[in-house]
Amino acid sequence: MDTYYKSKRTGDLIRYSLSYVVLIICAGIFIFPFLWMLSTAFKIPSEAYTLPPKLFPRTFTLDNFIEGWKYADFTRYTLNTLTVTLLATLGTVLSASFVAYGFARFKSRYNNLLFTAVLATLMLPSQVTLVPTYLLFTKMGWLDTLKPLIVPSFFGGGAFNIFLLRQFFRSIPKDLDEAAYIDGANAFQIYYKILLPAIKPALITVALMSITFHWNDYMSPLIYLNSDQNFTLAIGLQFFQNSFGSSQIQMLMAVSLITVIPVLILFFVGQRHFVQGITMTGIKG
Amino acid sequence: MKAQTNSIAKREERHFFFFISPWLLGFLIFTLYPMIFSVILVFTNMDMTDSGKFIGFANIIRAFVQDPLFYKSLLNTLYFVLVSVPVSLILAFLIALLLNQKIRGVGFFRTSFYIPYITSGVAVTLLWGWIFNAQYGLINYSLSLFGISGPSWLSDTKWAMPAIIIMGVWTIGNSIIITLAGLQDIPEQLYESAEIDGANGLVKVMRITLPLVTPTLYFNLIMGIIGGFQIFMQPYILTEGGPSYATYTYMMHIYNHGFKYSEMGYASTLAWLLFIVIMIITQIVNRTSKYWVYYDN
Repeated sequence: MDTYYKSKRTGDLIRYSLSYVVLIICAGIFIFPFLWMLSTAFKIPSEAYTLPPKLFPRTFTLDNFIEGWKYADFTRYTLNTLTVTLLATLGTVLSASFVAYGFARFKSRYNNLLFTAVLATLMLPSQVTLVPTYLLFTKMGWLDTLKPLIVPSFFGGGAFNIFLLRQFFRSIPKDLDEAAYIDGANAFQIYYKILLPAIKPALITVALMSITFHWNDYMSPLIYLNSDQNFTLAIGLQFFQNSFGSSQIQMLMAVSLITVIPVLILFFVGQRHFVQGITMTGIKG
Repeated sequence: MKAQTNSIAKREERHFFFFISPWLLGFLIFTLYPMIFSVILVFTNMDMTDSGKFIGFANIIRAFVQDPLFYKSLLNTLYFVLVSVPVSLILAFLIALLLNQKIRGVGFFRTSFYIPYITSGVAVTLLWGWIFNAQYGLINYSLSLFGISGPSWLSDTKWAMPAIIIMGVWTIGNSIIITLAGLQDIPEQLYESAEIDGANGLVKVMRITLPLVTPTLYFNLIMGIIGGFQIFMQPYILTEGGPSYATYTYMMHIYNHGFKYSEMGYASTLAWLLFIVIMIITQIVNRTSKYWVYYDN
């Protein structure tokens, strides 16, 4: 009996260490490209194009950041991206919670039917509506403005977010609403003053997912924006690459790094909320 | 009394519509109207300057008979989906399995695997372009350490698509965390009683873990297929579909016809054909699910 436990324990130890080694190698593979970006961004050109490549540059330089940033109007692109990201996220959080409250709390013979429609739009691939939506915005004179990237967020904030927040509203006892109702609060006050604060963690999750989505979004800016002054960072970066090819890689990596950093900071600050959001995604399946 | 309940019901109904009105408007303007419009477009030759004429099934016939790039882009996309989806699924499962052993530093590993997903955009795509650089790229340098002379990846017709696939697999962080959440839902007692019956590690994985996590794998599979068919940004930025159309994906074909050649009718036709392909494939997967997806009831 004793030897059985001993062999089991050594077996566990071997398995454990082996798992660690494999995980560390895998994590290394996932992280290394970023280290490579970091390293290239600080190199002088001659060192960026050298074999064998060095992870630690012999001569550190900040020129790539300064030169690269000046090469195109990246300050402008950053402001545009921030405008889109913040306004679209505001729209997403406000309207998704507003709509989710309606679905979660009020009886109607259309409630189930319309909620099924919400879920059905989850399955609809976006390319089917791409062309007509583009024509619609063209007709409205919104082409080459930031509006097509912002305004739709205010109309429901995305099917998945409505679904997610409705679940959260339903997990809050209805007694809370009723007590407030007896105290003379109306439906909007109940939503705004009682339920929104109660689902704050879920709202943060939705906001974080929306921020990263809009910050990284490529397709919509590509389709709707034409002139340099309206570009977002995604389009600006691509523009930058098109004019250099891979001949100024140290500058390209420096500017790329700057655009990635805000997302990384956001992730480290709100990690818990991100993980919660993804876990909820899984439950849906 | 009846009148009162009636008025309450009416008020509920009014409130319901008041609160869902943003979505309802959005649904009508940005989903239903474009969908109907898009179906009509299939039967016209509309472009940006001309509202177009009714041309019957000409767009559909064009796709199947006169457009070799329709098949080329569809096959390229299928190649991407058929390789990247299963590889991502299996890899995410294996990594999640390793993470699920109550090991220390789960937070660190979770972060490492998730960061590529959360940052995936133009910047990271450009980074991969540099990593795949034939002469100075990290991958070919690493291969050279083993005495292998690497291909010129993104400019090699044979290796360009595998490069795009590798980039795609690198962003499996999301699936890893979803799978890990699925694994953590499996009750501990099942493993304990299996151990009493003398089951070893492999048996436990095959008989308990794998069957119980199949609903999560199924979810990842369906999402992977839908997402995979829409692959666009990476090849568009790095290769523009080349070399000689080796990475020309279906989404790029839609984009070119819709927004470069301004053939709105044909682009809509291509979009609906893709929708049908995705529907058929997900339906097939769905049909097979009863043979391999485990449900409680």
